[in-house]
Parts: sequence; C-alpha cells; structure tokens
Amino acid sequence: MPEVIQTFDLKKTYELAEPVHALRGVNLTISPGEFVSIMGASGSGKSTFMNIIGCLDKPSEGTYHLDGLPVDSLSRNELAEIRNEKIGFVFQGFNLLSRTSALENVELPLVYQRKNSKVKPKVKAAECLKRVGLADRMDHHTQQLSGGQQQRVAVARALVNDPALILADEPTGNLDSRTSLDLMGLFQELNDQGITIVLVTHEPEIAKFTKRVVEMRDGLVVRDSEIEDRGDARKELEEFSGVIGL
Amino acid sequence: MKIFKLLAIAQSSLLKNRTRSILTMLGIIIGVGAVIVMRAIGDGAQQNIEERINSLGTNLLMVRSSSNSYGGVRRGAGSSRTLFIKDVDIIREQCSLVSAVSGIVNVSGQIIGGGTNWASQVQGVGPEYLEIKSWEIEDGVMFTERDMRAKTKVAVLGASVVENMYGGVNPIGQTVRIQQTPFKIIGVLEAKGQGSGGQDQDDVVLVPLTSAAFRLRGDSRYVSQIYASAVTVEMMDAAKEEMTQTLRQAHKLINGQDDDFSIRSQSELTEAFTSTTETMTTFLTIVAAVSLLVGGVGIMNIMLVSVTERTREIGIRVAVGARSTDVLFQFLIEAVVLSVAGGAIGIAVAYGVCDIVQNKLDMTTIVKTWIIAVSLGVSALIGIVFGLYPAFMASRLDPIDALRHE
Repeated sequence: MPEVIQTFDLKKTYELAEPVHALRGVNLTISPGEFVSIMGASGSGKSTFMNIIGCLDKPSEGTYHLDGLPVDSLSRNELAEIRNEKIGFVFQGFNLLSRTSALENVELPLVYQRKNSKVKPKVKAAECLKRVGLADRMDHHTQQLSGGQQQRVAVARALVNDPALILADEPTGNLDSRTSLDLMGLFQELNDQGITIVLVTHEPEIAKFTKRVVEMRDGLVVRDSEIEDRGDARKELEEFSGVIGL
Repeated sequence: MKIFKLLAIAQSSLLKNRTRSILTMLGIIIGVGAVIVMRAIGDGAQQNIEERINSLGTNLLMVRSSSNSYGGVRRGAGSSRTLFIKDVDIIREQCSLVSAVSGIVNVSGQIIGGGTNWASQVQGVGPEYLEIKSWEIEDGVMFTERDMRAKTKVAVLGASVVENMYGGVNPIGQTVRIQQTPFKIIGVLEAKGQGSGGQDQDDVVLVPLTSAAFRLRGDSRYVSQIYASAVTVEMMDAAKEEMTQTLRQAHKLINGQDDDFSIRSQSELTEAFTSTTETMTTFLTIVAAVSLLVGGVGIMNIMLVSVTERTREIGIRVAVGARSTDVLFQFLIEAVVLSVAGGAIGIAVAYGVCDIVQNKLDMTTIVKTWIIAVSLGVSALIGIVFGLYPAFMASRLDPIDALRHE
C-alpha cells in the first residue's frame, strides 16, 4: 500500500510586499491507518501545510505525493477531482449547506463525482450517517441540529467518498468539552476501522487522543513523535459525564 | 455533471430563496408580458382592418379607366371613358384566373317609393357582383343573366334604403321610381356595414347593368369600373397581369403605349392601411423590449448579490470536488431557470391581460405562436447573457478564501 502522504522539501512563499515564507521545507510521511495531529501556534505554517495536503493550494517548491500520486503540479480542475476522490474534509465551522437536509449535505461530494458508481448516492449517504450515529436525523435541516450533530454530519460527508484520508481542521474548535470528547471518540472509532486521519489542532488535550504528534514552528517541523499515554475519548466521556452528574 | 443534476441544484437553491426569486423574475415577467400584449393588440388591430377591407369583397381586383389629359389639363383617375361593357365580356371569356366579373355603372338620382323619396346611389351591375363583393341576398332574389339581356326594370335594395324608405318593412313586390322609370323590387341585400372609408355600403340600389346603361344613363357603351374576383388570393397578381394583357389587347394598345386603365387589388389597399398599424406595433414592441432588457439587468444584479452571499457555499462545493465549470454552470443555470420561468409566467400573465383587454375594452387581441416561441427564446438568452458575468465571478473564487468567508 502506498504512503498516504509524502512530502519532500515542501516550500510555500506568499509574494506580498515582503515575501512571506510560510513553509520552509517540510518533509513528512504519513502511512495508511495513522492518526496524526498537527500542532503549532498561529503563524507556524500549519494552516498553509493543511491547505496544501488538502489539495486546496499548491506548494511553491517541493513535491507532494497523495496516496502514491504526485499532485503538486496538477491543474485546478484535476485538484478538484483529487479532493473529490481522495480527501474528506472536516472544518472547524462545520461548513454545511444551510437550509439543506443532513442527507443532502452528506450526498454533496457524490454529486460532483466523475466516475460512475454502482452505489446510489442516497443509499451511500444514509449508510455514512448511520456510521456516525445520526440514522434518525437524516431529514433534519442543518439549523435543526446541535453543533455536535452538525460536526457528525460533516464527518459523514467526509466519509461518503471512501477517501484515502480524512483531514480535520480544528474540528473541536466550536464545540464544548463534552461534545469534543464525543467527536474524538468517533474519530478514534473510525481510525480503529482503518481510516487515516490528519487532525490540525492547537489543543494538547485533543492531540493526546491521536497516535502521533507533528509540531510545526516557523514553517518547519520541530517535533514528530508517537503519543505515549494515548487517551481513550469514550472512557473519558463516561468519566466526564459522571463528574458533572449526567 | 449531468444537466438534470444541475437543474435540481438550481431548483432547490431558487426555492430556498422564494421571495427573492419571484422578485427577480418580476422584471422578466413584466417585460415578456408587455411585449406579448403589445403585439397581441397590434396584431388584433391589424386583423380588424384586414377584415374590414375583406368585406369589400374577396380577392377583389378593381379596374378603372386612367386619367386622360385634354389640352394639357390632366383630369384625374376615371375621367376618360375607356372601359366598355364589351370589356366585361372579354374578361369573362378570356381570363382563366378570374372567377367572377362585373361592370359597374354609377347613376345618381332621386328614388321615389314607399310614399317618400331618397337620394341614394344607384349602381348598374352584373349578376356576379354579389359574389365578387361577398354579399348575400337577405330576402328575395338577385337579377340574372336573362334580366341583363332583357334590360329588365328590376331592383335590389340595400338595407339602409329599405330602412329609410320603407321603415324596415319588406318592400319586395313594390315599385320604386328611379329618374321617373319604375323598377320592381325583387330583392333586399343583407346589411354590410361601413366600408374602409367609413361610407355606408348599404345605401345602394342595384339594377341590371344594361338597364342602367340603356334606360337611365343613355350612353350604353361605357362602364365606370369593372370589378373582378381572382380565383384565389395567391393568384391575385397573376390575375391582375392576365387582365392587363387582355384589356391591352382589347383596347388595341401597342407596345410602349401606356395602359388606358388601371387595376388596383384589394391587397394594395390592405397594405396601405396596415402599414400604419405595423409601425405603431413595432414602436410599442421596442418600448416593451427595453423593459425586458431592464429585467435582465435585474437578474444580473441579484445573481451578483447571490454569489457574494453564497461565497461560503461555493467554498464548500469546491472543497468537496466541484470544478470551476461546475460552479459556473450552477449559477448560469440558476439565472437561465429564473429568466425562463419568468418568461413562462409572463406569457401566462399576457394571456390573462389579453383576455381582459378583449372583454372589457372590446379590442381584438391575437397572440401568435411565434411570439410565444420568441419570448421564451429571448428569456433564455437574457438569462445566459446576464447570468454569465456573476457565474464567472463565482467560478473564479479561491476555495480557501471562500471557506473562510463569513
């Protein structure tokens, strides 16, 4: 199986009045089945790095292979196709379509799929919603769902095209502690099923539920280590609920 | 992307903004509605005029003698005596494209009868005259070829004459005196109404042409005019040409010599009258078309607002794999759906307005099929033209910026 992410000396420079070197040569490899958190303060280059590995942006220099494919030189439309087939996004602000049902939101990536799939979009979307525990909320519109539920819909949308990689950008940023634990529990569960997840966060207590931490500073990777005492989000959620008496 | 997927996306996003969609369509609705109503009223007026002119007679060709000049003084149309009774017979025998022909001799004079008198127009005509003028006998009979040969003293009265002299009572069998000569009334004509010039066509007394020429006027050889019917409307021009040649031969005119008669067809009359209405209709249609253009600008305006407002939505779509062309087509199709739907509603509204105009204002309206087709086509075109720029703006958005957009 090819590596999910392989970057070689990835650089990104923004040509402003004064050139800004957001990435100064990042080398990183992420293998299938990993659960990696990327940490760093704002300005560390982690957002730029995430945009590039998410195929939303292109590097200025260096090469990037996603799922074995060199993608750094692809056109805008080809990148759209790669995002559609290989990446599932989960954003901080959920980014669901308003006034649209959960099912239709999850279906969205399939609408733009180029390959003919034998599976019906509706069936596949419903399956994914079931997987994130929202089987009974399929027809609810975005506004009728809580923050935690909206983020679960976003996770289901990320799953719907069977991506090589789920890319989560501060997914717990807009959630309270309890819902954050709940979501991390879901991510751990999906990772246990073999799905590769890359999670961008600045909270160490969220990062500890992943398996590996990559820390960035000033456009470079400064730490890359395995998590030693990995937390179990489900267990902590139970304990947490016990403490506040739920 | 399949077109029906795009249509579904457009439909759902338009339905989510129902009020705005309807307000945007309003410009197109009014524009298309105005164009169709204007055309319908114009075409209705035109048909009215055509019908009125057709009531003069079907496929009518009118022969008059041309002007002549006498000592340098030109004396106007019909001033020369160049049409003869025998010309009528020659046309009947030799012109295959003429289905009916009649000479006309006009006689003026006071008519006395029914205990009163009345100044009417007395016309000596042939039996085929009624067929040429598409006129029917209301009561009694028309005189025949035998009456022509025998120069019988019989008369057929127009409806206005009957009204004025007999108070509407059936006068058949009674006698009228025209220039002291008694004529027996054998028929009454149905009312025909006003002619194209507003004159009363029913104020007429018809007598056999020969009777008028020999008994009333005295100069038996000439006719004032000849009316003829072409076999079909399409053959009007050919029939006119055929009659011209026949008459030239009969009058022994050599090549290069001017016709001593002129033939006018009813279609020439129609054209003269309808061109004014045509100009008016065109003018009003252009005014209405301008309002349609304004409607298009309205669509562009709203689509631009919509693109800005839905920047985040565009970002989401692009992030999950929409290509820039997908986004372009999504917004373009939304604009086209808006304008075509507006056009369709405009057509429906126009039908309603035409109905009101027809019933309450008593004006004829005609909605032609091609106007409907053109309206829909123009609506779609407006959607494309005015939707292209906003759609292009949408497709150019950077996904990273779009996703961050609040």
